[in-house]
Amino acid sequence: MSEPLLAVADLRVGFATEGGRLQAVDGVGFELRPGEVLAIVGESGSGKSVTAQTIMGLTRSANTTIEGSVRLHGSELVDAGEEELRRVRGEQIGMVFQDPMTSLNPVYRVGSQIAEAIRAHRPGLSRQETRELAIELLDSVGIPTASRRVDDYPHEFSGGMRQRAMIAMALALEPEVLIADEPTTALDVTIQAQILRLLADLNRTRNLATILITHDLGVVAEVADRVMVMYAGRVVEEGNLDEIFYDPRHPYTWGLLGSLSRIDRPRPRRLPQISGAPPSLIDLPQGCPFRPRCPHEFAKCTELPPLEARVPEAPHHCDRCWLDPGQKREKRQVQGRIGLEAPA
Amino acid sequence: MADRGRLVEVRDLVKHFPVKEGLLIDREVDRVRAVDGISFELARGETLGLVGESGSGKSTACRTMLQLLKPSSGSVRFEGREIAGLSRRELRPLRREMQMIFQDPYASLNPRKRVGQIVGDPLRLQNAASGPALRRRVQELLERVGLSPEHYDRFPHEFSGGQRQRIGIARAIALEPKLIVADEPVSALDVSIQAQIVNLLDDLQDELGVAYLFVAHDIGVVRHVSDRIAVMHDGKIVEQGDADQVCERPRHEYTKKLLAAVPIPDPREARERVRSQ
Repeated sequence: MSEPLLAVADLRVGFATEGGRLQAVDGVGFELRPGEVLAIVGESGSGKSVTAQTIMGLTRSANTTIEGSVRLHGSELVDAGEEELRRVRGEQIGMVFQDPMTSLNPVYRVGSQIAEAIRAHRPGLSRQETRELAIELLDSVGIPTASRRVDDYPHEFSGGMRQRAMIAMALALEPEVLIADEPTTALDVTIQAQILRLLADLNRTRNLATILITHDLGVVAEVADRVMVMYAGRVVEEGNLDEIFYDPRHPYTWGLLGSLSRIDRPRPRRLPQISGAPPSLIDLPQGCPFRPRCPHEFAKCTELPPLEARVPEAPHHCDRCWLDPGQKREKRQVQGRIGLEAPA
Repeated sequence: MADRGRLVEVRDLVKHFPVKEGLLIDREVDRVRAVDGISFELARGETLGLVGESGSGKSTACRTMLQLLKPSSGSVRFEGREIAGLSRRELRPLRREMQMIFQDPYASLNPRKRVGQIVGDPLRLQNAASGPALRRRVQELLERVGLSPEHYDRFPHEFSGGQRQRIGIARAIALEPKLIVADEPVSALDVSIQAQIVNLLDDLQDELGVAYLFVAHDIGVVRHVSDRIAVMHDGKIVEQGDADQVCERPRHEYTKKLLAAVPIPDPREARERVRSQ
């Protein structure tokens, strides 16, 4: 296996808020290799976006405490200076956000926004050169007649084209890592399919390492190599794509898989649901944070389970649940499929 | 379905928006055909799913049907009575029969009002209840949608997205309407919460016999809740029929394209699909 490009270890991000101190990210770690797609799955408040933003140095503020380590090619980013971070952002790590409507400036032409990003890092290039580069980039992400569209304003682009333009901008300086935070959530399904295909192509042709943040397990199944499931700031399960989908070990993962409405299967009379709501990060339950919503809770769950591999044959498939592997295989079967509990 | 009786009948409904130009005199230079001649029916207690992508005209279709927008032409019959073209005053008594649930539970509840007032407003406006009886009724409604009667005096910001959507649902069922138009009611919610809301809507339909027009872009959710599905594209309904039939044996090219684009949460099948393309 090649050296990790990006290594995150025991990352902890705390925020001081009016309501008290909260731990948005609590001990997250992973390694990312060239050409790999890591999906981070979770709901709002799970810490998935904060993890991504912290890697980019975007969560630094007086109210934030950041501990742990983020190493890119072995050099530490957590305590890196702003100057160094500015170079990393864009040049080594590109980022695409959820909402392509708000991430582009409405009063500048799309091409000049891309050109500006390039010139900030490559002051030696002439206007003509950056413009040509912008056209090339727009063309490479599938914008038709890019040489004409380069002078359009964002409002003249459709939602899908804007997201393509954002991807073009993120790739302008040929970063090795792309962080995509819910890149298709705001888009229609047919456009989503195009953007996912584009990301998969880039991943292959440029050997781009990608962190894909999403709540949509369908999207995960189409593009990811490895999956990290987050809940209340912690990783509750991680493994490769098939391990997570066909041998899920954490009850929360069962619940997520069970509550999907699949159009390629006969519909159940009722959708299996996960009862309750995610806990408040200011007032976490003792022990396993999923305990109050888990039908399989038992005495030991008041103690926080460590994230570890529990089956020797799958050393990279880790979870945070006290149930033993045999119990898990049995308990996750609900009416012939994977789920958290039988619908009431 | 015929035995359950027809509740709504929409015929050739059209809503065009004029595109105007000119400095002093507005000239109509073009029209946006947002809803371009759609027809459908809804039986009592039935769920019709209206699915389509952004810009397909599905939200305009709902608003025009409810007479929140004035139709350009066409007919909307509610319990056999023509409601297209009625004045606001004439529509008012009908409003209690048709309610709406909105997409964004953050934007559709007034942040300055307490939950009790939000849910009680329809009852007050239609003179359906007042005083202590109103309070009791609102608390019953809160319990019915899975909230607690103690939530009466709280403000919307104290609730999560899923709970806010429950408040919106309590408001919609307050007058026991015969029709609820739900415009993307779960698309802004977390996955684990979506199933809760879908199941709640299902239970309420069983209890109240209300008909739903369920509008969404997610055809998976639409199929789960709907008896029948209508697929909208460019202001027209391109296909409608039994929910399972539309999803399993789509006839129109656009429906096929829409279904093919839905990601399948199953890695083996996703790989299979890539190989076969």
